[in-house]
Amino acid sequence: MNHSVEIKNLDLSFGAVTVLENLNLDIHKGEFLVLLGSSGCGKSTLLNCIAGLLEVSDGQIWIEGKNVTWEAPSDRGIGMVFQSYALYPQMTVKGNLSFGLKNAKVPKAEIEKRVQRAADVLQIQPLLDRKPGALSGGQRQRVAIGRALVRDVDVFLFDEPLSNLDAKLRADLRVELKRLHQQLENTMIYVTHDQIEAMTLADRIAIMKGGSIMQLGSPDEIYNRPQNLYVADFIGSPSMNFIEGEFDGTHFKAGDMNMEMIGYAYVGSLTPSARRATIGIRPEHVITGELAATAPQRFTATVDLVEPMGSDTLVYATLDGKMFRIRMDGQAKVKPGESLPIGIDPARASLFDTKTEQRL
Amino acid sequence: MADVGILATTKAAEQIAPRTLDGPSGPRPKRRFSRANIIVYGTLFIVAVYYALPLYVMIVTSLKGMPEIQMGNIFAPPIEVTFEPWVKAWSEACTGINCDGLSRGFWNSVNILIPSLIVSIAVASINGYALSMWKFKGSEVFFSILMIGAFIPYQVMLYPIVIMLREAGLYGSLSGLVLVHVAFGMPINTLLFRNYFAAIPEELFKAARVDGAGFWAIFFRIIMPMSLPIFVVALIIQVTGIWNDFLFGVTYISSPDRYPMTVQLNNIVNSVQGVKEYNVNMAATLLTGLVPLTIYFISGKLFVRGIAAGAVKG
Ligand SMILES: Nc1ncnc2c1ncn2[C@@H]1O[C@H](COP(=O)(O)OP(=O)(O)OP(=O)(O)O)[C@@H](O)[C@H]1O
Ligand SMILES: [Mg+2]
Repeated sequence: MNHSVEIKNLDLSFGAVTVLENLNLDIHKGEFLVLLGSSGCGKSTLLNCIAGLLEVSDGQIWIEGKNVTWEAPSDRGIGMVFQSYALYPQMTVKGNLSFGLKNAKVPKAEIEKRVQRAADVLQIQPLLDRKPGALSGGQRQRVAIGRALVRDVDVFLFDEPLSNLDAKLRADLRVELKRLHQQLENTMIYVTHDQIEAMTLADRIAIMKGGSIMQLGSPDEIYNRPQNLYVADFIGSPSMNFIEGEFDGTHFKAGDMNMEMIGYAYVGSLTPSARRATIGIRPEHVITGELAATAPQRFTATVDLVEPMGSDTLVYATLDGKMFRIRMDGQAKVKPGESLPIGIDPARASLFDTKTEQRL
Repeated sequence: MADVGILATTKAAEQIAPRTLDGPSGPRPKRRFSRANIIVYGTLFIVAVYYALPLYVMIVTSLKGMPEIQMGNIFAPPIEVTFEPWVKAWSEACTGINCDGLSRGFWNSVNILIPSLIVSIAVASINGYALSMWKFKGSEVFFSILMIGAFIPYQVMLYPIVIMLREAGLYGSLSGLVLVHVAFGMPINTLLFRNYFAAIPEELFKAARVDGAGFWAIFFRIIMPMSLPIFVVALIIQVTGIWNDFLFGVTYISSPDRYPMTVQLNNIVNSVQGVKEYNVNMAATLLTGLVPLTIYFISGKLFVRGIAAGAVKG
């Protein structure tokens, strides 16, 4: 596989505050990589380092096989789209699109051609002579994308491009972005803290915490096989149920629960030894209704609270004296106080070492 | 995208239409002549008259002949309007040995004002731009030192500057005075520009850098066009400050030939020979005040237009 962006042992600190520490990331050509993490974990900082807008303290950044660690932003073959659109207010849309090309001394005819092409792709043809002030949020963001598009860059960098838009428009633009990526086949690095955006857009997701990458993997891996407790807790809404207990090599035990881990795929080739462990079960993986009776492991929970959400119903129940979230069908009829038979399939659960917080 | 826009406007129209059928809505309008209103407007009127009265006296006096002034009623409008005093103030009034009126001082002031204005605004805006957008190691310290400069009283620096200008061979010349004006205007104007530029979203600056614009390209193509209002504010501050300056003018100009207009005005008004020609003095004073006044009128409009054009909106 071809490398597009390689980040090697990157360190970055603002004075005494270290934001990124010994960060390594290898992004393939044409890949859509999403940086996902809670606020302040260093996503924007990493993106700005790649763009060359921040000076790194240590380490190297390579783009398309070239060490660009000390190159100017415009010489790196990157285009960037910002959360606040950052359009030049006094220029028309056309002016905004051609500003970078003029700086690069591209011939006039070529500028015209590229602006027209970008406008076609993004369907902003009729807006070319307007000023940004006269555009809607979605239109502005298209122009911002266009600004990166005209420059024919290898790598697109997005810093929460959709988070200023309303939910409906965000969903529309998300689909368009995905289509654009399929069409252009550029490398895209996309920062967000919206899980849906991450899951739907990404080829791979990098989950960040405190300036380092907690897990890098496909959305499927991140969702089904989280590498550690942080990722397991961070991904999914409502988040995973965790039960602390003991693992003896075959069974997970906690209170009255004694669950044989049939079908569970351990990380290593060997079954791990006995230790304190935490099991994680996604609310949507809890088996309810008639199927509960035939599930590999069966329990009975008591319903505390019901949140009908239309497409599905969220049930807060008590299992073994602790709160347990269950996602049921939208048509499910359950009432507080009822006892609810549930089933768990160990193959879909996640088992973690309680001390190291790593997946077993 | 366009159909969404159309949808939104038709929806808005629908919302307005039924409301007009309901008749007027909202709180009942207040009576115009309530007691509170009378007090407010009355006070404003009195204050306005208080401020306008001296101007009125000056204008009417400057249009009277000396005999009429000697009759004593300073509030009376001129019986016979004459522009003689204005002409005299401009081109004939004597200060010391020169008898060519204020015109000489006017041109001196213009020669001081224009370069001071251009250099000081250029320097301050670039300073402010560099300090807000291109932070370098120690830029905060640099800025703090500049700010301390703004709070040192002029009087302390008056004599040291005389010596510095003398050593540089600029003492007594117009360029020396220009240098002084630029230096003294720099801290406050730098602060002004820095604060204005600091409010420009950082992402705009980043986008421009990604687009390959350098220090000057970003300043001239991005920052300046969206900062017209602050340039106008700086212009007003500098024109008024430099034109009205008296202290630096007397201190750093050694020859009456090169005195700025304010100093010359003082010399005309305070000349002790002969009778006091009040009408000429008033005309001379009005003439001197005309430049800042014009700037207010012109740039005030520009200022409002700058804001209205959405130049500051992001
Ligand atoms: N100029 C700066 N000086 C000092 N600390 C900074 C600076 N910029 C960012 N930081 C710190 O670096 C950390 C990472 O910031 P960053 O903007 O990368 O977060 P983020 O992951 O993008 O968060 P968000 O999702 O809120 O945008 C934060 O703790 C922030 O306080
Ligand atoms: Mg951020």
